[in-house]
Amino acid sequence: MLRIKNYVKAKSLEEAYELNQKKSARILGGMVWMKMGNRNINTAIDLSGLGLDEITETDEEIVIGCMVSLRRLEMNDSLNQMTQGAVRESLRHIVGVQFRNCATVGGSIYGRFGFSDVLTMFLSLDSYVELYHAGRIPLKEFVNRKKDRDILVNVIVKKENMCCAYESFRNSSTDFPVLAVSICLSEQGVRTAVGARPGRAVLLGDEKGLLTHYPEMTPDEKEKAAEQYGAFVRETVIFGGNMRASKEYREYLSAVLVKRALKTAGGTANGH
Amino acid sequence: MVINVILNGKKIQKDVEPDQLLLDFVRECGCCSVKRGCETANCGLCTVWMDGRPVLSCSVLAVRADGHEITTLEGLQKEAKEFGAFLSNEGGDQCGFCNPGFIMNVLAMEKELSDPTEEEIREYLSGNLCRCTGFVSQSRSIQKYLQYKKTEEGGKDA
Repeated sequence: MLRIKNYVKAKSLEEAYELNQKKSARILGGMVWMKMGNRNINTAIDLSGLGLDEITETDEEIVIGCMVSLRRLEMNDSLNQMTQGAVRESLRHIVGVQFRNCATVGGSIYGRFGFSDVLTMFLSLDSYVELYHAGRIPLKEFVNRKKDRDILVNVIVKKENMCCAYESFRNSSTDFPVLAVSICLSEQGVRTAVGARPGRAVLLGDEKGLLTHYPEMTPDEKEKAAEQYGAFVRETVIFGGNMRASKEYREYLSAVLVKRALKTAGGTANGH
Repeated sequence: MVINVILNGKKIQKDVEPDQLLLDFVRECGCCSVKRGCETANCGLCTVWMDGRPVLSCSVLAVRADGHEITTLEGLQKEAKEFGAFLSNEGGDQCGFCNPGFIMNVLAMEKELSDPTEEEIREYLSGNLCRCTGFVSQSRSIQKYLQYKKTEEGGKDA
């Protein structure tokens, strides 16, 4: 059961940061995960009055406030156009619309949960987090950063031309994923995020050059390259077992999901 | 702490505990259509609207409703009765326990999606669990209801 002694609706990020320096304080996100555990919180800090529930855009980047709900993210045209719907695909399986109206981007990313579809999706994009104290750092660095008392203010995605695809596998609809894969092919190269391993998501590139000139390959060459890259992901990523699936099952599944995602992102599907 | 909420169109001022859930708050205010189900944010029984958007009241603190408009089934009697008739005609309400949350989400979907496909309907309602029906009769009732609303609106336009 979640017990909260004091609730403070922060008037500024500075106030929230100061309050959050005590171990017994917690920043509130969407609360759907937080309320599941047995916790005693002395001061619950609410950021919902700070206008951080907006998605803004410049020519170079998309800035997503930490209090933006997953549902708003799912329905955002710019993100979905840039990723050919991969952002929506990564979110639409998360429980239901009511849940996604509650859960926030900040809560999902800050928690760095192993099961997180959101983290897996953003890790494959050229993403950054803006922390109140530490400033802007790449998401791939933040993922492995030790948890501290900083506040995640925004998630920033750099705009780029890309082919992107998200694939996940679940034992039953709306459940946590057994495995999630997000692939992004851009001018910067290949970014593949593998989540729900069941550990937190990891990021891979194309160190062996298996996908060099992938968009220009013939369908047969693409098929072969996708298979080889799937095998590379399977061998490189460390998988584990839990109540949803065994380590071996996830290893096998990873190559399948990678191949499927590559077919969609610049592969033989979608008229590429 | 004292919060000010517009509950089903009526201004309410009430003292609440920092950890009181919106679910308990609305039930204390007499809105007993809102049910406590799984309490793990999965079943959709506790669905209410916050500023017109469906949320899970088991996962929202009552203090966070301060300054917002909350709608429960008690505030949508006319609409609920209209859709409820389709639900019962198709055998979609058996034990009836999931009905309030389900109806709240169907009505939210009606506002948000225009002319949804069956797949879109299923996806929108995937957060509402029913242990009795298997969703076939519910799905049928929604399609017939939306068709009826479309015809009704077409009639008004003509």
